[in-house]
Amino acid sequence: MEENKKPKFKNVLSFQIDTSKLIPASDEEKQQVSRMRESRTFFRDAMRRFVKNKVALVCSVIIILIILSVIILPMVWPYKYSQQLGIKDSDASYNNLAPFEYGATEKAKMEAGEFVFPHIFGTDSVGRDYFIRVVYGTRVSLGVGFFAALLVLIIGLVYGSISGYVGGKVDIVMMRVVDIIYSLPDMLMIILLSVVLNKVFEKSLTGVLANLGGNMISLFLVFGLLYWVGMARLIRGQILSLKNQEYILAAKSIGASSGRIIFKHLIPNCMSVIIITMALQIPSAIFTESFLSFLGLGVNAPMPSLGSLASAARGGIFSYPHRLLIPSLVIFLIVLSLNLIGDGLRDAFDPKLKK
Amino acid sequence: MTSKTLFYIFKRLLLALLTIFLVITITFFVMNVIPGGPFNSEKGVSQRTKEALDKKYGLDKPLIVQYFNYLGGVLKLDFGESLKRTGSSVGQILLEGLGNSAKLGLCAAGIAIVFGILFGTVAAVFRGKWIDKVIMIFTTGSVAMPSFVIGTLLLIIFCLLVPILPPNGAEPGGLVLPVISLALYPTSYITRLTRSSMLDVLGQDFIRTAKAKGVSRGKVIFKHTLRNALIPVITYIGPMIAYIVTGSLVVEQIFSVPGLGREFTSSIINRDYTLIMGTTIVLATLVVIMNLVSDILYTVVDPRIDLN
Repeated sequence: MEENKKPKFKNVLSFQIDTSKLIPASDEEKQQVSRMRESRTFFRDAMRRFVKNKVALVCSVIIILIILSVIILPMVWPYKYSQQLGIKDSDASYNNLAPFEYGATEKAKMEAGEFVFPHIFGTDSVGRDYFIRVVYGTRVSLGVGFFAALLVLIIGLVYGSISGYVGGKVDIVMMRVVDIIYSLPDMLMIILLSVVLNKVFEKSLTGVLANLGGNMISLFLVFGLLYWVGMARLIRGQILSLKNQEYILAAKSIGASSGRIIFKHLIPNCMSVIIITMALQIPSAIFTESFLSFLGLGVNAPMPSLGSLASAARGGIFSYPHRLLIPSLVIFLIVLSLNLIGDGLRDAFDPKLKK
Repeated sequence: MTSKTLFYIFKRLLLALLTIFLVITITFFVMNVIPGGPFNSEKGVSQRTKEALDKKYGLDKPLIVQYFNYLGGVLKLDFGESLKRTGSSVGQILLEGLGNSAKLGLCAAGIAIVFGILFGTVAAVFRGKWIDKVIMIFTTGSVAMPSFVIGTLLLIIFCLLVPILPPNGAEPGGLVLPVISLALYPTSYITRLTRSSMLDVLGQDFIRTAKAKGVSRGKVIFKHTLRNALIPVITYIGPMIAYIVTGSLVVEQIFSVPGLGREFTSSIINRDYTLIMGTTIVLATLVVIMNLVSDILYTVVDPRIDLN
């Protein structure tokens, strides 16, 4: 027959669709398709749930405000964190000012009608404006927390995903290493290493590193050496549960490389775990930093951190309790907010709670 | 106990021993990286005296020989002599401090476990009621405070504003404040842990069955729910001890309790090598052992746990 010359189907029993027979749907037909709800990606869905969580939202606003103020305030504030106000004319009246009090020369200026920027939190025992020190200390503490958490994330992510993805003997060996590091008492090791590294780095540091001080470098080092194991375990667990899914098999079958599968398919699907752990890791790093500062193993003077401010305030605790209360309150606020944000994220990303 | 459980315990035991060995090794070599010997800071010490001192404490031998000497000593619980407090051995100093620290730590741990479980149960049973909300707000808040902040706040409140307790830990009644400041965080943690695992168990079928067949409310809570809900709490015992050990470093400092923690902090400042090493090893061993105990207890108590 004439028609059979050019067969419509490659194969008689093929399911191949003859596209020429299809016609576009009319507008009327399109309207009949009812959608249960708008389709969203998992991430956007989770974010929507997160925003609905009032407590977590308020905490996010607080954290954003704190971050903005520690970036902007040191630029516009008339005093510097290391500036001893009375030192120029060795004027002791600047030391240990109560909030909103002024030094002798400042009082004279004010009587002459000049505007003097107030010392909102007073000054410390060597006449440094306490407010800017708290702001700067918050900046240091937040920075330490953030970068330590980032370090933990990067190392844990790489280690955990390799271990989980490769599996077999490699996984066993890598996980035994994790087990051993995990069982080391981290805080004691941090103190030990801080003591030593501070002495080692004391003289050999230059530039930015010297500014940071041996203690902070050892803190980062220890976080990099010890704290990543928790993250590595989490990521490995996630990868293990994900790597046998069909879409990974599909990716493999079309020839995707291991690197591509890890970075394009597996890690994006671990994102929720990563974000939640990050949110909870930052407060733990801030805690550790303040703890070390308290023992005198924190940032180098005159640079303040919240922990070292609180520690320094302990000397005059009964005369100037506000100097202890303010940095403590800031630590409390930051850690509390980050904890609650972490909780909120966990609820938002947990599909079991999806309504 | 199945052979699988025994094998797991054996494996955990090996890991713990390896960890303790690792701690000793790390401590020893790390302490030896410090530039300048322990006698360098001393004024008026001539070169000859320094050499004699080095010889007396075996510091003139090669590092590896020193290491094995030290390792051998530790196995016999001999941590050498304190470099700064002449005449007293590290073991002696640690033993003196251990009593006070143990009293402090055990009180804090006991309070944390008892009150944590109590508050957690109450919060879970009255879920959503005002008492649950109060407990949750309180615990969320106290988890966000470093132990030294809690300690100093207590000091301000109870020694300055309402002076009813002594600020010095060595005086009678002086341990009350340090115990509270140490116990607050673990209490809150256990409360939250107990609450969430109670809620988990309360939602399960066998609880409904128990209720349906007319078991009394008290019996459902204490016999069926709480017993199952306490299993996760066991896993926290190890980390809790670790927290109390490190927390006591600062708390003993704040309240001047003559314990291990204060010994440790002062040895850091004095660069007393042998004392730092001794204290680290003793505290680390304690933490490792408690982790081991809580891990083993966990598997023994709950046969459902998959050991792989």
